Amino acid sequence: MSDRAAKPGTRRASPAAAFRHGVLDILPVLAAAAPIGLLWGTLAAARGFSPFQAWLTSATVFAGASQFVAVDMWRDPVPFVLIVFTTFVVNLRHLLMGASLQRHLDRFTGPGRLLAMFLLTDESWAFAERKALSEALRPAYYFGVASAMWLVWTSASLAGAMAGRSLGNPAAYGFDFAFSAMFIAILAGFWKGRRTAAVLAASAVGAALAKLALSGAWYIIVGGLAGVVVAALLHRDDEAAT
Amino acid sequence: MSDDLPTVATILAMAAATYLTRVGGLYLMRGVNVKGRLKAALDALPPAVLMALIAPTVLTTGPAETVAAAITASAAILRLPMIAVVAIGVGTVVALRAVL
Repeated sequence: MSDRAAKPGTRRASPAAAFRHGVLDILPVLAAAAPIGLLWGTLAAARGFSPFQAWLTSATVFAGASQFVAVDMWRDPVPFVLIVFTTFVVNLRHLLMGASLQRHLDRFTGPGRLLAMFLLTDESWAFAERKALSEALRPAYYFGVASAMWLVWTSASLAGAMAGRSLGNPAAYGFDFAFSAMFIAILAGFWKGRRTAAVLAASAVGAALAKLALSGAWYIIVGGLAGVVVAALLHRDDEAAT
Repeated sequence: MSDDLPTVATILAMAAATYLTRVGGLYLMRGVNVKGRLKAALDALPPAVLMALIAPTVLTTGPAETVAAAITASAAILRLPMIAVVAIGVGTVVALRAVL
């Protein structure tokens, strides 16, 4: 897929060509992101977000999973600390992606790096890492991938929020379960065998018990920490790294 | 809306917290060799948090949600596109809620 825009023998495409190349690579992901963004917009509108507020969230937070979690937790009055803290925890994975990606940002300027990280998503990170396997990561390519993602996500969210008010109660269509279904879909990508099963079991049991015992969304923190502790306990230094 | 300010303030704080996680990676691991037990713990963080997110819905809501989650997981394990997995999950839960 990554060679279809490059002519044979042309090693250095122009920045514009590299940018287009990035947009083409991310196109299939955009087709999936658009309906998810629409869905998020309708859910946000159902929780009282204006179209502008929904757009602002997608434009500045720009992290789907945490946006779904936040809207799910949204009530009146807004639980500010809980939502911001949970957003931070859900997005902690970016730390690892950034730590990995920074090895490939040699060609980026200082401000370019800061903008690149602002636009970092699971998807653009994956495409960037894949590109870096075979050649140096070019800023034009990365921004083609990442800015196309941003444009589609923000536009879809805005459209969903504008349409959402007339769609009625999302739960009536099972849309409430779309949260869980999407997280299950993402979760499958993290599967690495039996050890993952132990982590997930600890996390699920910890979260379910905490949900019954505590109010609010602290079950996310309790379950997440339970899984992390099990992963640390199961680790053995003498085995092959995976 | 009368309560625009708390909403917008929360959105912008979410954005700041998220940007911290994004830009932090550029500096976090500089000079630190993440390996061994620490790496195992950090690697487990995303799946552990995702599982914690869905556990109450999947385990404590009712049989329709639990069965629908199992079917959704099967679709995800088959590596179907995310939108297809979500459609299957939503369709299944609607059908199961009607019969269970």
